[in-house]
Amino acid sequence: MYAYDELDRTLINERVSEFRDQVKRRLSGELTEDEFKMLRLQNGVYLQLHAYMFRVAIPYGTLSSKQLRALARVGRRYDRGYGHFTTRQNIQFNWIKLAELPDALADLAEVGIHAMQTSGNNMRNVTSDQWAGVAPGEVEDPRIWSEILRQHTTLHPEFSFLPRKFKIAITASEHDRAAIKVHDIGLRLYKNAEGETGFEVLVGGGLGRTPFIGKTIKPFVHGRDILSYVEAILRVYNQYGRRDNIYKARIKILVHELGIEKFAREVDDEWKQMGDVGLTLDHSVIEEVRSRFSYPAYEKLPHMPDELKQAAHDPLFERWRRNSVFPHKVQGYSIVTLSLKPVGAPPGDATSDQMDAVADLADRYSFGEIRVGHEQNLCLPHVAKRDLPQLWKALDRIGLATPNVNLVTDIIACPGLDYCSLANARSIPIAQELTRRFANHDTAELIGRLHINISGCINACGHHHVGHIGILGVEKNGEEYYQITIGGRADEGAQMGTLIGPAIPYAEVADVIEDIVEAYLALRDRPEELFVDAVKRLGVEPFKERVYATR
Amino acid sequence: MPLVKQGRITTDLFAHVADGAELPGDGAILIPAARFLEDPETLLKRAGKVGVIWPNNRDLDELVPYLGRLAAVALVFPSFRDGRAYSQARLLRERHGFDGELRATGQVLRDQFVFMLRAGFDTFEVRKDSDAEAFASTAKSYSVFYQPTGDGRLTALHRRMQLRHSESAGQ
Repeated sequence: MYAYDELDRTLINERVSEFRDQVKRRLSGELTEDEFKMLRLQNGVYLQLHAYMFRVAIPYGTLSSKQLRALARVGRRYDRGYGHFTTRQNIQFNWIKLAELPDALADLAEVGIHAMQTSGNNMRNVTSDQWAGVAPGEVEDPRIWSEILRQHTTLHPEFSFLPRKFKIAITASEHDRAAIKVHDIGLRLYKNAEGETGFEVLVGGGLGRTPFIGKTIKPFVHGRDILSYVEAILRVYNQYGRRDNIYKARIKILVHELGIEKFAREVDDEWKQMGDVGLTLDHSVIEEVRSRFSYPAYEKLPHMPDELKQAAHDPLFERWRRNSVFPHKVQGYSIVTLSLKPVGAPPGDATSDQMDAVADLADRYSFGEIRVGHEQNLCLPHVAKRDLPQLWKALDRIGLATPNVNLVTDIIACPGLDYCSLANARSIPIAQELTRRFANHDTAELIGRLHINISGCINACGHHHVGHIGILGVEKNGEEYYQITIGGRADEGAQMGTLIGPAIPYAEVADVIEDIVEAYLALRDRPEELFVDAVKRLGVEPFKERVYATR
Repeated sequence: MPLVKQGRITTDLFAHVADGAELPGDGAILIPAARFLEDPETLLKRAGKVGVIWPNNRDLDELVPYLGRLAAVALVFPSFRDGRAYSQARLLRERHGFDGELRATGQVLRDQFVFMLRAGFDTFEVRKDSDAEAFASTAKSYSVFYQPTGDGRLTALHRRMQLRHSESAGQ
């Protein structure tokens, strides 16, 4: 965990006071709605269909139990007793009252949580691998660098009014769990031949209405130079990014229009001209940040404790363990994913009671630490294997032991037309119906790893382009229709899915997905061939035929 | 429109000269970039200070040769959402060493003051009287800064490192 010091706390409190004053000026009419809109967005406040929505940052997905309890309290005190975890390591509250927002922010500030720059045209929450610091084979903990970037991007005096929003993600593992290739800047931490820590820097990735995979702008930037290099990218973007058309304002369009080579030259020119502007991160600076991350005092534990051997006789436990428990870098420990995708419920929602219970379990079994992943699940990152059976029972009691992590019902979905004023179609009911269709866990396990991502509009908050199966809600003559893509992925082999054919009406979506899955089961060359690999081998044709032959 | 300079509401000594308008014989003037670049030498020889209003989409390289002889540069915020002039301000101050008056014009609201001060602005054409009156208190609303800029304020990181050194020195 990163421990905020007096300076971090002071800044957050100063931000709360500023926002309190802004809300006061809005309520008194001194600020117009147009003026206030930008200010509230800078503090994570959207106006949705029914109420204000409040988005709170969970930087690089790390939470303490105390912080999770504070989120639970906000859900209970200012909302309707629940929160919604998003694809960018944020949590959203959907029913908040404007006049109470400053109090909610003040409550969160007490535990070092804020909502700065969770919306608006600025640098958003810096995200990272939810397994940072515990994943086997990781180069080093990317959260040190995430925190350095979090600080640097917070209330940046030059880049708080960019052409459009700007998202940075960092990974330090070979397997990318942070979706860095679909971010404005993606950073892959690795060590070069000399053993120095640095980053492959990708730029111009993103989803939305014009999806692009990020391109490598520099294969290696030394760690000490990463802030100045990022600053150079942002300065070029701030000056030349389009401001005439909101749909062409993201950096991906600038990179696309200039071409990566020309864009890279512009950035390099700027970088060279910058000289020493106090952004070089020397060793002592990095160590200062590193020193404020605390790590658990792990015990020396056996690889296979008796408790686990005994529990293995229970097929229900085994099923959960197979799907939810992952290897930890320390022997005797596991990483446990808590599915927020129970059958029939909106993906990513957790009640305040569940959050409190998870906080208690984290204290008991995971050194007080919780993680949030972009798949909209939670994670306990340091669970002793001997505790797994107890933890499973406790999770089951609070409805968080659905054994479907990475399976067909582990669906990513945006809030859609049920909440969002931008949406064309509903997302949540589609997800709910699909979880019911595939509720049989044996079938789900037979299908294997399959990510379904659902967005209720072209803005792609549900990351439909990079779902193994992507579902995009569109509007056709006032009706909800859905376009289906297959073969997308968000990991190190990121690519956009391919459209299989004309959009289909709401009522047929679940049938079509079932058809696609059945086609896959019939077509895969062996049970280990994942859906996404079968699509790669076969192309979309056989799936398309199956879906449209009878329609 | 009130003018705030060095933290206080003050009278604007610069006359805004629009395109095509007659130049006053003497006294300080603020002149649009295009008109200035038509004949900079004559303008700079004239009695009275010269400031240039520089659009936020024009390359600063064209202005750099004259910076040493300009009393002021006014940068433009056509909307508070358009942040290009923050980059221009930092470049003028930090890269090109401009030490004259750096003025923020256009849609300048209270809630941008801290960012503007940090980027190097020292003079503000403020839209609303109430915002101008609140300048001094607003400028003090933050005491912690994460990024180094040319304004010389110590960053959080620097303060932490200093604290570390003084702690280890005291041991």
